[in-house]
Amino acid sequence: MSVTLDIRLKRANKVYHEEEVVAGVIVLVCKETMQHHGICLSMDGLVNLQLSSKSVGVFEAFYNSVKPIQLISSSIEVAKAGKIPGGKTEIPFEFPLHMKSNKVLYETYHGVFVNIQYTLRCDVKRSLLAKDLSRTCEFIVHSQPQKAKVVPTRVNFTITPDTLQSSRERSNLPKFLIQGHLDATNCVISQPLTGEVVVENSDVPIKSIELQLVRVETCGCAEGYARDATEIQNIQIAEGDVCHGLAIPIYMVFPRLFTCPTLETTNFKVEFEVNIVIVLHDDHLITENFPLKLCRV
Amino acid sequence: TNRTNVSLYFFQLYVTDTKTRRGARKGSTSSSSSSSSSAAPDPLSSMLDGTDPLSMFAAASASETPRKEKEDDAVGPDFESWSAKRGEILARFTTTEKLSINLCMGSDRGKTCVWMFLDICLCVKGSQRELLNLSQQDYANRIEELNQSLKEAWASDQKVKALKIVIQCSKLLSDTSVIQFYPSKFVLITDILDTFGRLVYDRIWTMCSDPRPLPDSFTVEDVNDTAKETCLNWFYKIASIRELLPRLYVEAAILKCNRFLNKSGIQDTLPRLTSMIRGIGDPLVAAYARAYLCRVGMEVAPHLKDSLNRNFFDLLGTFRQISGESVQNQLVMQRVEVPEYLTLYSPAINWILQCIAYRAPEPLLTEMMERCKTLGNNALLLNSVMRAFRPEFVAARATDFICMIKDCDEAGFPKHLLFGSLGRSLACADPPESERLTILNEAWKVITKVRSPRDYISCAEIWVEFTCRHFTKREVNTVLADIIKHMTPDRAFEDAYTQLQSVIRKILTYFHDFSVLFSMERFLPFLDMFQKDSVRVEVCRSIMEVFIKHQVEPTRDPVILNAMLHICKTMHDSVNALTLEDEKRSLALLIIGFIRMVSFGRDFEQQLSFCVEARATFCNLEPVLVQLIHTVNQLSMETRRVMRGNHSRKTAAFVRACAAYSFITIPSLSSIFSRLSLCLLSAQVALANQCLSQADAFFKAAVSILPEVPRSISVEGKLRSSESFLLDFINNFLATLLVVPDHPEHGVLYLVRGLLNMVQDYTWEDNSDAKVRVYISALPLLAAMSQETYIYSIPKVDSNETLYGGDPKFLSEINKLCETLIGQILDHLKVLGRDENTRRQGALAFSLFGVLVSHGDLRNNKLSQLTVNLWNLSHKHGYCDTRISVRTLEHIKHQAQQPDMAHLTDTVQRLALQTRT
Repeated sequence: MSVTLDIRLKRANKVYHEEEVVAGVIVLVCKETMQHHGICLSMDGLVNLQLSSKSVGVFEAFYNSVKPIQLISSSIEVAKAGKIPGGKTEIPFEFPLHMKSNKVLYETYHGVFVNIQYTLRCDVKRSLLAKDLSRTCEFIVHSQPQKAKVVPTRVNFTITPDTLQSSRERSNLPKFLIQGHLDATNCVISQPLTGEVVVENSDVPIKSIELQLVRVETCGCAEGYARDATEIQNIQIAEGDVCHGLAIPIYMVFPRLFTCPTLETTNFKVEFEVNIVIVLHDDHLITENFPLKLCRV
Repeated sequence: TNRTNVSLYFFQLYVTDTKTRRGARKGSTSSSSSSSSSAAPDPLSSMLDGTDPLSMFAAASASETPRKEKEDDAVGPDFESWSAKRGEILARFTTTEKLSINLCMGSDRGKTCVWMFLDICLCVKGSQRELLNLSQQDYANRIEELNQSLKEAWASDQKVKALKIVIQCSKLLSDTSVIQFYPSKFVLITDILDTFGRLVYDRIWTMCSDPRPLPDSFTVEDVNDTAKETCLNWFYKIASIRELLPRLYVEAAILKCNRFLNKSGIQDTLPRLTSMIRGIGDPLVAAYARAYLCRVGMEVAPHLKDSLNRNFFDLLGTFRQISGESVQNQLVMQRVEVPEYLTLYSPAINWILQCIAYRAPEPLLTEMMERCKTLGNNALLLNSVMRAFRPEFVAARATDFICMIKDCDEAGFPKHLLFGSLGRSLACADPPESERLTILNEAWKVITKVRSPRDYISCAEIWVEFTCRHFTKREVNTVLADIIKHMTPDRAFEDAYTQLQSVIRKILTYFHDFSVLFSMERFLPFLDMFQKDSVRVEVCRSIMEVFIKHQVEPTRDPVILNAMLHICKTMHDSVNALTLEDEKRSLALLIIGFIRMVSFGRDFEQQLSFCVEARATFCNLEPVLVQLIHTVNQLSMETRRVMRGNHSRKTAAFVRACAAYSFITIPSLSSIFSRLSLCLLSAQVALANQCLSQADAFFKAAVSILPEVPRSISVEGKLRSSESFLLDFINNFLATLLVVPDHPEHGVLYLVRGLLNMVQDYTWEDNSDAKVRVYISALPLLAAMSQETYIYSIPKVDSNETLYGGDPKFLSEINKLCETLIGQILDHLKVLGRDENTRRQGALAFSLFGVLVSHGDLRNNKLSQLTVNLWNLSHKHGYCDTRISVRTLEHIKHQAQQPDMAHLTDTVQRLALQTRT
């Protein structure tokens, strides 16, 4: 006898905010009448921390201390033990997204060393002979818009061989002058990162100009911390020997789930940076780094 | 780069993609998602909650003034569509070089989707397939295969694979090796992008079609959340494509989908994509990307002109790149000359300018022209301006344009192309009258200097139209002379028949006066360049068609006649054993058309000698010979009319000559019925012209041909019995014989007897009454011959009535003949009765009855009895049509009331009507 269990959320985009009600239906489809010992729905919010392999050796002391942080956990009984008739049964539910007194709801975030995830889980308990049914469904939490207004501040940059940090290479670099600006480094997460870059001149043709979005995840405690920067995505904004003196737009959409408002807690931090990477024809790589502060308004 | 992270990034691409996949997903490795649901969206699809930038723009633009009038939104039929252009581009930009498609497609279906996708995007070495050494056609086929597999992937719900294919395809556009092929490659690949755009749009559209389909004019409010979500997901997915070019092209391909999300989406996206193109380093690749964007923009939002203009200005801004080092190095490496390279830009720039110029106000065009000037009269640009702008606009400033062309850099874009473009505009719009001659002189000064015959003719061909439109035969003649001069060396014309034909076509469009046309000295020599038979005939044919259509007055102009004879002879001489019947027929029709237009007025002898010449020239086309005989016969009759029937010695000789012409021409015809009818006709004409012996000869000839008539003939390709044709002819013949006087050296009714003998001897079809029918129809003739005055005669020809003057011997000959005939008929009726063919018997008996009643003298008792018997016989078996019988009776009763016809009353009383019981 096959039974399918499913959780369907009311909102097509599955996005919820604190104090809102997560509503939906539990859908049970079975051919015949089904006995059960109760249906229960639970909501969980967890922060999973993980140490990168390179950090493990150094911080073995607190390796074990990195355990999941529970943000929210509650459950309700949807139905008492009884029977479900054959066919399709929909059981509506509403689950308020309430926080325990002092805790904050972090935004859903899927990273490498830090993962913030919210799930709904439905369990159907059955007799000893039949297996229990279970179904989980992730929903997305967006933190409340921040109150403070975001005033975009334009950040100008100029890149020449002289501005580079590694002085070792400076001597054998060809001449170039690249100027530009980012419209802001304090960014609204739902709006693209914008700006312009102009290759004023360059002795060697440009091969490519890219925007590299980087996440910086820090896990730690009193004993120390592990900080890892990894790439989220790399967007090419110029390809080939671009026309000199012509402003090339900088434009990048922040990917959903993989970015969240910049987050700083006692146990972990999630920060973002963008690198403007200029690849010269002779494969010289020039990178200019800009820390970003993401927020939701 | 850290591999793990990259994979996660792509993972994201993959996972978000699954959201739009509706079918059950198997073999998913996604660990975090336990959803295998078919309807609910994937949990990973993080949606923005109405605060996304796009919807905020939408909110902002809600207060904006509503869009302009509806008609502004649509592109009218006067906009040359892309589909028209694409074929042109594919045909023009070809290569014989080997091409390669560098696709890195994971084809191993056993792998999980995530890794498959990784393979694709990272170009993992093992799965990279380079298809080398493809010919151009192979390349096109491969692209078409990709197009197919895109559709298949989509149909089987493999949206990831579909996107993958599109991304890979757009990546091919950054490859400029074998640069000559780039425009065609662009066409092929954008086809795929179009397909993709349509698929995505239609998919989202159907998601909203529940409960009823969206109207075409739907607004964002009509779109449900799931559809919006799916649409948004596509945009997020595309926004994270790594490479610039695919990201640009794919987003442009689904530009229309912005309609599902918010009002101003398209309006905001177009400028962004436009400036994004600035990041493309290769100017050719960028130009084509702009063309694509303009194309999509025109399709989706033709009212948004701003980004079209901005695209164009950006294009101008990057023009200096063409002379830059990168491009030059590339050209050296690929061994491509600068002029050739520049022409590669034309389709893209033409398209962009066409979009801009479409219904654009005059000042905008003027501004564009000014910008060209400021860019040092960039030839490439100038060319596109002339191609894309309204011809009227260009024509009005033709002198300016010529100056600009002159100022262009000689080494760059080929000047003949510039003049070609200018010529094309001037072919359909007129420059100010005072400037025309200068324009022609200036243009031709350049054109005549073009060395390569191919380039020369393609440009000259265009300018012929302008020349014909505004100038006289003198200038056209000069142009023709110049073309001949260029195309004759090394038989260059052999490769330019299409263009040369087009020259002829254009001349014929403007010159309908053939005396003017043929007085161009170089026209016939020009025709001589068509040395390939099929082309030559085609050209002659087109000239003839125009001649027949436009030559209203008959002509005797020797210039026209000579030239036309020459042309017709060319057509005639092309006929050989292999020529199809249809072809022969149409050629013959054209030549006949010419012959009918020839008239020497009162100079009949000249006309006849023309016919003699024509006969010799067109001997292989029978319909032409038939026409010539008709013409000559007409000539005889015309002579007779002029002389009012009284021929002088001279004209008598002339009409005899005409008869002789027909007499010797007829036997050369192969169609027996043409021969018969022409014999009879010519005999009648001869008779009318008092040429008795000639007429006699025609009659004898006709009679002698009769036995040759086959029992079946081919009519329109089908075999049909010839009987009815033959009967018609014989009846016609019999009617003519009334007026033919007997030959003094032969016996009485020599021709009638001869004809009837032939009829008797002819092998008629089995079971046919034809012979008897002829006998029955001969009776009225004999009856007419026995009258004192004949019912008709030919002026100045004494027929038998005068010859014999009612001689009893003559009458008794007639009577004998009648008796024989009636005897034969009655015998036949008997035979029919025996063979139980009562229906045929009845019909024949009724015919004979009718003849006897109308032509017989029923005072004769025997004859009266015979009539009554025939009536009864015809009614015996009840096959008679009662209505005809009744009407016949009424007619006879009516006749009986005429004076001297009272005897009919007796007969009528004996004719009983059969009653149907």
